[in-house]
Amino acid sequence: MRLRIVAGDWPAALFTGVASAATVSMLLVVSLLLLKGGWGTLSLEFLIAAPKNGMTEGGVFPAIVGTVLLVLVMSLVAVPLGTATAFYLHEYTGLHSRRVEMFRFVIRALAGIPAIVFGLFGLAFFVNFMGGNLDVLGGLEQGPRWGQPNLLWAGMTMALLTLPVVIVTVEESLSAVPREARETSFALGASKLATLRSVVLPQALPGILTAAILAVSRGAGEVAPIMFTGAAYYVPEIPGALTDQFMELGYHLYVMATQSTDVQATAGIQHATAFLLLVLTGALNLSAVLLRARIRARRWR
Amino acid sequence: MTPPGRVHPKIITEDLSVSFGETEALRGVSLRIPGNRVTVLIGPSGCGKTTLLRSLNRLNELTPGAHRTGRILIDGVEIHGPEVDPTELRRRVGMIFQKSNPFPQSIYENVAYGPRLNGVRSRAQLDEVIESSLRVVGLWDEVRGHLRSSALALSGGQQQRLCIARALAVGPEVLLMDEPATALDPAATGRIEDLIYELKSSVTIVMVTHNLQQAARVSDVTAFLYRGRLVEADLTRTMFTSPRMPETEGYITGRFG
Repeated sequence: MRLRIVAGDWPAALFTGVASAATVSMLLVVSLLLLKGGWGTLSLEFLIAAPKNGMTEGGVFPAIVGTVLLVLVMSLVAVPLGTATAFYLHEYTGLHSRRVEMFRFVIRALAGIPAIVFGLFGLAFFVNFMGGNLDVLGGLEQGPRWGQPNLLWAGMTMALLTLPVVIVTVEESLSAVPREARETSFALGASKLATLRSVVLPQALPGILTAAILAVSRGAGEVAPIMFTGAAYYVPEIPGALTDQFMELGYHLYVMATQSTDVQATAGIQHATAFLLLVLTGALNLSAVLLRARIRARRWR
Repeated sequence: MTPPGRVHPKIITEDLSVSFGETEALRGVSLRIPGNRVTVLIGPSGCGKTTLLRSLNRLNELTPGAHRTGRILIDGVEIHGPEVDPTELRRRVGMIFQKSNPFPQSIYENVAYGPRLNGVRSRAQLDEVIESSLRVVGLWDEVRGHLRSSALALSGGQQQRLCIARALAVGPEVLLMDEPATALDPAATGRIEDLIYELKSSVTIVMVTHNLQQAARVSDVTAFLYRGRLVEADLTRTMFTSPRMPETEGYITGRFG
C-alpha cells in the first residue's frame, strides 16, 4: 500500500529521495563517461576482432569469450557446491549446534578475505599443488599441462570467492520453504531425501538462481583472483580447453591501464572495454533474472 | 476411559506423554479409538489435542526437542517398535492439515505425489488412482478438464478436498484431520463433513476440532482433553447429553475454553 507523504514526513522523504537519486545517477555518470571516451572505438570490429599491433588496435573478442567462460566455470563449481553446503547446514544439522555455528563462522570469515589473497591461494593450491601433482601423476613427458594457470583453476579460485554468497542466499531460500510443505510430504510417507528432492528443492530453485546471479555479479568484475591463476596478458585465440589460458575484460583493462608503455594511446580501448564489462555483467544478471522469473511463472501456471 | 460399544479398537494409546523441551503437552493419555468410526478430539487451545493427533503418525518426532513416553498400538502393533519404518507408518496413517496446503504444482502432480513414492510409475495406473481419489472427494467432475493446471488456482474448499484426495491416493487405513474445515465457509464445511461421513466406511478417522456443533454432527466418539490430560472419552451422544466429569460439562456448555 502506498501512503501519501504528509507534512511532517518531508525531511525524511527528501533525504532518502536524494540518496536514491545520487546512487542511480552515479551509475549513469560512469556509464556516460565510459561511453563518451569509448565512442570512437566501439564498433562491430571491436566486438568481433582480436587485439593487434601490441594491443593498441583491434578488438576484445577473446576477452569477451574468456569472461563468459570464466563466469560459466565459476558458476558450475560454486552453485552446486554452495547449494549442497547450504542443504547440509539447513537440513541435516541442528540449527544451532556447535558444529553449525563453527561452519557459519568460517563462511563469514571466507567472505571477508581480500580477493588478492584468493588469487595467491589459487596459485599455490590449485596451480602448483593440484595441477603440479596431476602432471606428476600423468607423467611429465609432454611438459606441464595442469600445473600452469588456466581456465579451470581461475574458475575454481573465483568460485571460492563467491561461495559464501551462494551458501547464504540458498540457505535463506531454504528457510522460506514453509514447514507445512515439508510436514505434508512426510505425512504422505515420503522419506527425508524424497521430501528434499520433490518439495524443498523445487521451491528453493528461484533462490538458487538468485544465488547464481549474485555470484556472477560478485565474481565477474574481480581481477585479483585470476591474475595468477589463469588470465593472460595476450592470447588472441579463443580458449578451447579447460587447460588453456584466456583473456578477460577486467584483466585486459588492468593490463592496458597499468602495464602498457603508452597508456594514452589505448585510452579509447580502455573506455570501451570498461563500458563493455558493465554491459556484459548487466546482461548476465538480466538473463538470470529472466530465467528465474520464467521458473516462478511455470510453477504458478 | 474405554468408550462403550462393540467395535474393536483400531488405535490404542497407553499412558502416552509427550513433551517439547520443558513444556509438557500430553500427560499419561490412555485412549481407545474404534475402527471405521469418527473420533473427535475436543478441548480448549493448548490442551494437547493436536499433539495427540500428531503422535499417531509419529510426526512429533520431527520437531527438535520432542520427547515421548508410553505406547501407541495400531492393530495391536507398537508403532515405535524397531521393525516399524515411520515412512511406512505414515502411508497407513494419512493426515489432513488445518490450512489446505497443496504443493505449488498441478492438480495431477499433487495427487500423484504419494503413489509415486510408493513406486507407481505406470501412466495408466497413476491415471486410475488419481481419478478414483478425486471421485471420492467429489472433485473429479469439477477438475477433470484441467488436471494440468495449478492446484493453487482452486478455491479454498476445493484445495482442502484435493488434499484429502492426495492423502487417500496413498491408500491409508487411518486418516488424521487437524481442524480440516476451520478455514472454510459454511457450504465448503458442509461438503467436508459429508465426505467424512462417507469415508468412515473405509477408513478410521481421528479429527481435531474447535467446533462443538461439528463434533456432535460428524463423530461417533468424542474425547475431551484438558491441560494435556484425557478427561473423558465416550460415545458422542452420551458425552454431549450426560458427561460424567464437571470439566467436560463446563466446556461443552461453554462455561470455559
